[in-house]
Amino acid sequence: MVGILASIIDGVLVGSVYGLAAMGLTLIWGVMDVINLSHGAMIVAGMFGLFYLTSMLGAPVYAAIPPILVAGFFVGVCLYWIAVHRVIGRPALMSLLATFAVNMVLIGLGTAAWGTILFNVPVSLPGITWQVYTFTGTHMMAAFLTAVIAGLLYLFLHHTRTGKAIRAVAGNREAAELNGIPTTQVLSLAFGLGVALACTAGALIATLFPFTVLSGSAYQLKSFVVTVLGGLGNPAGALFGGVALGLLEGLATPFMPVSWTSVIEFVVFVVVLIAFPRGLFNLRRP
Amino acid sequence: MSPSAILRRPTFWLIAFVTLAFALAPLPGNNVEMREDLLLVAIYITLASNLNLMIGYTGYVNFGNIVFFGLGGYFCTYLVNSHGWPLPLAALSGGVAVSLLALLFGLGILRLRGAYFALATIGVNEGVKAFVSNFTPWGGASGIYLSIEAYKPLGGAMQALWTIYFLLVAVMGLSLLLSYLIKTSKFGLGLLAIGQNEDAEPVLGVPTPRYKALVYSASAFLPAVAGALFFFKSAFIQPDDAFDLVLSTEAIVMVMLGGQGTVVGPALGAFLYEELRSTLLTTQVFSNFQLVIAGVLLLLIVLFVPGGLMGWIHRRWPRTKRVLE
Repeated sequence: MVGILASIIDGVLVGSVYGLAAMGLTLIWGVMDVINLSHGAMIVAGMFGLFYLTSMLGAPVYAAIPPILVAGFFVGVCLYWIAVHRVIGRPALMSLLATFAVNMVLIGLGTAAWGTILFNVPVSLPGITWQVYTFTGTHMMAAFLTAVIAGLLYLFLHHTRTGKAIRAVAGNREAAELNGIPTTQVLSLAFGLGVALACTAGALIATLFPFTVLSGSAYQLKSFVVTVLGGLGNPAGALFGGVALGLLEGLATPFMPVSWTSVIEFVVFVVVLIAFPRGLFNLRRP
Repeated sequence: MSPSAILRRPTFWLIAFVTLAFALAPLPGNNVEMREDLLLVAIYITLASNLNLMIGYTGYVNFGNIVFFGLGGYFCTYLVNSHGWPLPLAALSGGVAVSLLALLFGLGILRLRGAYFALATIGVNEGVKAFVSNFTPWGGASGIYLSIEAYKPLGGAMQALWTIYFLLVAVMGLSLLLSYLIKTSKFGLGLLAIGQNEDAEPVLGVPTPRYKALVYSASAFLPAVAGALFFFKSAFIQPDDAFDLVLSTEAIVMVMLGGQGTVVGPALGAFLYEELRSTLLTTQVFSNFQLVIAGVLLLLIVLFVPGGLMGWIHRRWPRTKRVLE
């Protein structure tokens, strides 16, 4: 019983980081109806950013997070102008393919540069021991930082002029434009923000698990699952969705081989998508 | 369209000619190298042409289209290996089973639209892959190996490779024919209308859900048979090869490159893509950058020529619309 509880708590800690990654995905969807299929590549970019900042420049692990967030933002804004701007308002196929093309290019470059060997960012943080179970320090720290970033994002979206503009564009783009909001800039900003969140989540995941250039697709799929659980376009829901996924993983781990958890995840994913397309945690009224 | 009217259309004869050319081209001098190259092209054309039924005609992006190919391969390999079924029967049963499964999946996920549907198809592919990786009768993560015995009924391994090649070319021809017949039928007209404006459909009397489920199921059959033949040829199948999301998306690149919504376009795109890919693979510098080049190509098409090659040709020379459909 205690073992199950420990497994669930750990699952929730890790799940909240997946929630952070999914917030990036869902923010972009909510503002511009684009599913960013280069999301996984951005997560990997964050991982490698952390790896180089710590191993090459010797930066302390958690001090490297803010620069990654900022760099991710600028990369996102550039990507918006290169690949996304022309497909805004066109059929879903076009934006899916455009962002997917970016994903192919980045993963291809990454594979050419680093191959598919395993990388690892060593972090030493003391854990907390409870009976025979130890909660890893990195897991708690990652969950804590996720909560901080999510809180900052909430403050930004609800209490700054720019944040309010982003929400206005998400609500109704034409009306926002009529009210003098430069919607195109806002879209590029929102895309940058989404990518920044993906990179940051990637950096945090890199402190938890070893990674390769190809890790992105697995975490991107997790982000989809989380996003769908939380309701597409709903950042707060994404965080809850992440926690729910973590709960599910933590609950499943003691009872079945690890390889079966992904089967359950995808079943839940497809079923929720069909039965509750607005997500399980949709706080907004339809 | 009546059968005699179809016989008068140039596109039909083009399909017949291409299929025949594929079958005959490697025969002089027993050209095995060319056969292997064309075999891949035939598979790509099969995948792209059937994917086009969804993307081009109906406007639904199926990112996980490779799941049909992989499942067809698994059904067939399993039936041949564990139950000793002859290849043609096993391949056809695989196709039928996958089609029925697609009908079942389709009734569920086709209630979703646009990006939601695209996400669900990725979910289906990954879910099936995760399931098969754990499914012990199909060998789990390590897959199934066929013994050399399996080739005996086809007259030994050498003869079997040729037989499989001809069968795959036939599957390719049937894919193009299916695409053409659907496009020129009332059913196809309904699909095109769904792609244009789905909400107007029920009002006009098009049974939207039934049409969508039918085309999804139809687009599963021939890729499944192709998968069955392909994995029989490789004598080995495992989840990572069978449900490779990269091949799935390459098929999308081919459809976009050639021109979505046309009969000839996806085949042209598949041919060009494979030729480009094999050229790049043999060039030392580029072999690492296959994915990069495919990505740049896709991005340029999506941003600047969304109609693909055929779309461009049709706009440039409007008369070709009647000859090359």
